[in-house]
Amino acid sequence: MADLLKFELVSPERLLMSQDVQQVTVPGSEGEFTVLVRHAPVLSTMRPGTLSVVQDGGKEDKIFVRGGFAEVNSEGLTVLAEEAIHMDDLDRDALALQIKNAEEDVADASSDDKKARAQEVLDHLRQLQSAV
Amino acid sequence: MPSLKDLRNRISSVKATQKITKAMQMVAAAKLRKAQEAAEAARPYAERMDNVLANLSQALDGQEGGPELMVGTGKSDVHLLLVATAERGLCGGFNSSIARMARNHATKLIADGKTVKIVCVGRKGQDALKRQFGSHIIDFFNMREVRQIGFTNAHDVGQRVLELFEAGEFDVCTLFYSQFKNVMTQIPTTLQLIPASIEANEDDAVAASGSQACYEYEPEEKDLLEELLPRNVSVQIFRALLENAAGEQGARMSAMDSATRNAGDMIDDLTMSYNRARQAQITKELIEIISGAEAL
Repeated sequence: MADLLKFELVSPERLLMSQDVQQVTVPGSEGEFTVLVRHAPVLSTMRPGTLSVVQDGGKEDKIFVRGGFAEVNSEGLTVLAEEAIHMDDLDRDALALQIKNAEEDVADASSDDKKARAQEVLDHLRQLQSAV
Repeated sequence: MPSLKDLRNRISSVKATQKITKAMQMVAAAKLRKAQEAAEAARPYAERMDNVLANLSQALDGQEGGPELMVGTGKSDVHLLLVATAERGLCGGFNSSIARMARNHATKLIADGKTVKIVCVGRKGQDALKRQFGSHIIDFFNMREVRQIGFTNAHDVGQRVLELFEAGEFDVCTLFYSQFKNVMTQIPTTLQLIPASIEANEDDAVAASGSQACYEYEPEEKDLLEELLPRNVSVQIFRALLENAAGEQGARMSAMDSATRNAGDMIDDLTMSYNRARQAQITKELIEIISGAEAL
């Protein structure tokens, strides 16, 4: 494999990843698509889901992304995500515990405002869990 | 003529002040490095966002009925000023120069017969504007507890601005912040958030124009733009807050540096007059002894 795809993963806070990879599967809002080198230029929003990156050696990395978009141009693929967590950093048990806590928060919330906020956290955690 | 004891007291109090300003300068220097790193790390995202938006807006150019966030409501009667300042003082003219700029802008708009609404981010800006425009301030974000500004902080502010916009509370939104140039210089800057001012970078526009024509958009350009523009508001606010954070520390560092230097000068002056007074007293005592001996 001589030709590799230039892939960059950027969050608002920093540049998370910048390397040459074989292929990337992006959870586009209108369906998943896989990008290889010399892909036609595309600009797509993303739904929360897993980005799977196949490295040069065939090793696969899974990264959870939420809120953002992907741009493919002649130079490569750029994914801008508001949030990105590496799947290896996610612990199923810890997540389940967090969800339980969040559920309690929603039930205990004293005001509507707090409730909405807790609910948002809970939804977010559930999205994560479904992705694992 | 202050007594020797007075001078001694003043010297020790100025020395204590100097220690404090020196410590504050060093703290600011350490924080500045962190803030600068954060600002630099955030740059790629904002740049890519700008590029994509520039591409998109070019693709949509000439089409009618773009999203309101981009073309505006068609009026400019109600202006929202988003004033981002620091939470703490003792940083030279940093806060006051941002506040002054906002104040001038607001005064001009009011003179033109427009309605002005103000949202403050950071306590110092609110303090400065409260007296003159107290009734115009509609919201206030406190960042006091925030140690390192994260995207969520900016997102909260952005969300609030969008809510107000959707409720038809204003037509034009302008952001006031301080652009971080270097440690010594921070430039108070205005940025029009809504309708979005998208400047296509000349080089990028040329480079992109080749590939841009054949972009496939998923979903349609218009939907995409509608999705991206609200996000862009948060990104711009985030960038402004980070620049502000770096600028604040830079301004504090140079302010505290000159304060330390001033305290040093003052100590030198005071020590000089202390020594003079001390020698004068010794001379006086000697004269008294000698003239006493001569009188015998």
